[in-house]
Amino acid sequence: MTDTAAPAQKSGIRISGAFHRLLAFSGLIALVVVFSLASPNFMQTQNILAILQATSVNGVLAIAATLVIITGGIDLSVGTLMTFCAVIAGVILTYFGLPLPLGVLGAILAGTASGLVSGTVIAKLKVPPFIATLGMMLILKGLSLVISGTRPIYFNDTPGFTQISQGSIIGALVPALPIPNGVLILFAVALIAAFVLGKTALGRYTFALGSNEEAVRLSGVNVDRWKIAVYATAGSICGVAGLLIASRLNSAQPALGQGYELDAIAAVVIGGTSLSGGRGTVLGTLIGALIISVLANGLRILSVAQEWQTVVTGTIIILAVYADILRRRTL
Amino acid sequence: MAAGISDEALSPAAAPLVEMTGIDKSFPGVRALSQARFELLPGEVHALMGENGAGKSTLMKILSGVYARDAGVVKLNGMPVEITAPRQAQDLGISIIHQELALMRDLTAAQNIFIGREPRRFGILDEARLNRDAAAIFASMNLRLEPTVKVETLTIAKQQMVEIAKALSYRSRVLIMDEPTAALNDAEIAELFAIINRLKAEGVGIVYISHKMDEIKRISDRVTVMRDGEYVGTVPAADTPIDTIISMMVGRTLTNEALVIPNAADAPLALEVRNLRRGREIRDVSFSLRQGEILGFAGLMGAGRTETARAIFGADRREGGEIWVRGQRVGIASPRDAVEKGIGYLSEDRKLFGLATGLDVRNNIALASLSRFTGPFGVLDEAGMAKAAQGAIRQLAIKTPSDTQEARLLSGGNQQKVVIAKWLLRDCDILIFDEPTRGIDVGAKSEIYKLLNALAAEGKAIIVISSELPEILRLSHRIAVMCEGRLTGILPGGSSQEEIMRLATMREPAMELRHAG
Repeated sequence: MTDTAAPAQKSGIRISGAFHRLLAFSGLIALVVVFSLASPNFMQTQNILAILQATSVNGVLAIAATLVIITGGIDLSVGTLMTFCAVIAGVILTYFGLPLPLGVLGAILAGTASGLVSGTVIAKLKVPPFIATLGMMLILKGLSLVISGTRPIYFNDTPGFTQISQGSIIGALVPALPIPNGVLILFAVALIAAFVLGKTALGRYTFALGSNEEAVRLSGVNVDRWKIAVYATAGSICGVAGLLIASRLNSAQPALGQGYELDAIAAVVIGGTSLSGGRGTVLGTLIGALIISVLANGLRILSVAQEWQTVVTGTIIILAVYADILRRRTL
Repeated sequence: MAAGISDEALSPAAAPLVEMTGIDKSFPGVRALSQARFELLPGEVHALMGENGAGKSTLMKILSGVYARDAGVVKLNGMPVEITAPRQAQDLGISIIHQELALMRDLTAAQNIFIGREPRRFGILDEARLNRDAAAIFASMNLRLEPTVKVETLTIAKQQMVEIAKALSYRSRVLIMDEPTAALNDAEIAELFAIINRLKAEGVGIVYISHKMDEIKRISDRVTVMRDGEYVGTVPAADTPIDTIISMMVGRTLTNEALVIPNAADAPLALEVRNLRRGREIRDVSFSLRQGEILGFAGLMGAGRTETARAIFGADRREGGEIWVRGQRVGIASPRDAVEKGIGYLSEDRKLFGLATGLDVRNNIALASLSRFTGPFGVLDEAGMAKAAQGAIRQLAIKTPSDTQEARLLSGGNQQKVVIAKWLLRDCDILIFDEPTRGIDVGAKSEIYKLLNALAAEGKAIIVISSELPEILRLSHRIAVMCEGRLTGILPGGSSQEEIMRLATMREPAMELRHAG
C-alpha cells in the first residue's frame, strides 16, 4: 500500500559537485601533463595563450548554456544567436557607421531580445525548450543571412573593433603577460555569471526551477517571469560571444554558428552540470570548455588528424557523464 | 491437505480458487500485514474492504506477485504456490486491474491486449490474427469494440474493458479489481457489472476492492474486512447491514490523547469558500473556517479533498465558486495570488510538490519569501536568510545538522517542518495541510500534531486533510466529510468514526447537515 511505504531515509556521505569539478579538473591537468611530455611545443606561452583565446568564444557560449541547463531546460540557439548578434553589430557599425559602444550595446541587446522571445515561448506557450530553441536556432540563422544578404560584414571602418578580442590591456601594462582581451572577457563573464548564480535571487530561482519547478510554483513564485529572465540573461551572454567572434574574425560571418551550440553543451556536460537541471557550476563549465580546447590543440600539435579529434571529444563526453553516474550510484 | 480434500468432497463446486493464510508483510518501519487471510471461490465476487492503509492493496500485491510475503501460505486450487513475479501470477491465471490503468495510449486495443505476446508469421507481426483474437475476446465479453481503435480515443470505462479483455486473454481465473468504478458514471458501472456477472457465470473469481457500500451490496457475494493489516472477518454481503461492515472497518479503539483545543466558535472568519466547482472532482463545495480553528477534511481516496485544496490555492483552475479571505472576496488564479492573500498549501507529496529537494534547508525555508531578502541588483541577503532559517529551525525543532543541509537528506517529519517553516516565514495565516503525516513515523506524528495545535492557538486558521480518522479526530474542531466531489456534511469535533464513515460513503448529500457547525 503506497501510503504505508516507509519514508525514504537517505543517509550517506554528502559528496557535493566539488568532487565532480575535481574530477574534471584532474582530467584537465592530466591532459596538460600528457601533452607537455609528448611535445615540447605545448607548454610554450604562445600556445597557452592560443588555447585560452580559442576557449573564449565557446567558453562564453557554454556559460550561457549553463544557466539554461540548470533550470532543466536546453538552449540550442546559442550558436546561431551568437552569429545574429555579430551581424547586428555589423549593421550598426558598418552599415550605419555608428560609434563602437553602440555596436557593442546593440549586439548584447539583440541577444537579450532573442532570449526574451525563447523564454516567453517556453514559459507562456509551454513549448518544450528543445523545440522552442530549435526553432529559434533556425529562425536566427535565416535572419542573419537575410539581414547580411548572405555576405560577411567587415569591420574595417571601426578600427577599435578587433581590439575587443585580440587586443591586450594587460599586455600593454605588463608586456611579459600579453593575455588577450577575449580571455579577460571570458573570465569576466564567468565571474559575473558565478555571482548571479550564487548570490542573487535570479540565480537561486535558476537552481530552484531545475530542482523542482512545481514546488517553486506552489511557493507562490512567478515561475514564468524568472524562467524568461534566465533565457534573456543567457541571450545577453550570447551577445558577448557574438562580439568576441566577430572581433577575432574582424567580420560577421552569417553562415557561421550552427554546431557551436553542441560544443557549448559538451563543455557544460563535461563540467558536471546535470542535463536534468538543478545542479551545475560556472567553474565546471569553464574547465569543460578548457578540456575541449586543450584536446583540440594538443592533438593538433601531435599531428593527429582533425577527424580523430572529434572522435576523442565524443568519447570524453560519454566518459564524463558516465563518471558522474558512477559517482551518484556510490553515493 | 486432508481437510482440503474433504472440503472438496463435501461441496466440489465450492473448492476455493485462492486461499491465503497467515500472511505477514513488513516494510521498513511499517508492519503492513499481520496474519492476514483471504479466500476466493470460483464464480464469486468477493469484496475486500478496509480504511486507507488497512492492507488491502498490499495483500493483493502479494497475490499478484508484486511483493514477496514475509510469512504465510498462498494456495491456488488447493496447491501451495510461490508467486515471485507479476508475470508468473499472470501465467497462473491471476490478473490485477489497477486503479490507474496501465495501457499504452497510442497503441490500439488489440495491440494493448497482446503486448509482449504478439502473434507472428515468419518473424513478422501478424496484425490480422492479432485483431481476430482480440475480436474473439470482445465477443465472449459481449462487448462491442473495434480491436483497431486507439486506446486514447476510448472512455475510461472502455479502457477498463480493454484491461479486462487483456486479463481474459491470459485465461485468468482470478481477477483483482482495485476501485474499478472510481472514474465511471452510473451507466458505465452498469456495463461493468454486466461483464462481471458474465465472468462469474463462467467460474472466474473476482476480488473487488472498493469503498462504495452500495456497489458492494449490489455486486458482491461475500465481504472480507481488514483493519490495520489484520483480518477482521468475512460476512455474506446480502444480509449484513452496512453499519455492521463500517464498524468492522473502524473498530479500532482510539488512543485517547488529550485534545488541546481551545474553542474558536466566535473567532473572526478567516476563509470562506462558496459553491466551489470543478468538473466531477469538486461539486458545489461550501464551508467556512475561523481564525484559530482546525477544520479536518475526511473522506475516502478520490473524494475530492486534495482537488478542493488545490483549487482554493489556485494550483488548479476552478470552474466556479467564490473565495473570501477575512471577509473580502478575492480572486485567486494562481498559487502566487493565494500566497499573497496569506494562504499556504502543504501538499500531499512533499518530494514532488512541496520541497525543492536539491536545495538546502535555508533556501527551502526562504523560497516563498526571497523577495524580502533581495537587496539592490538582486543580490540576496544570505546572512538574513540564514538568521531567519536558523530561527525557524529552533522554533519548530527541525532536526538538521545545519541550515545548509540538503533538504532531501532530512527525515519525512523534518521535511514537513521545513515546508511549514516556509509558510510561516511568508506570514501565511491560513494553512492547508494535505496528509501532513503521510510517511512519517509515529513519534514525529505527535510532534506535528502538537505543532498544529500550537499554530491554531496562535490564531492561524488550519485545514487538515487526512485519510486517517484518528488523526482527524485528534486534531479537528469540526470535521468536513467529502464523498465523490461533494461535501456530504460537517460534523462537530469528537464525532464518532461511524458517523464520519457514513458520510464518507454516502452518494447523496445529507441536506440537514450541510451547513451545520
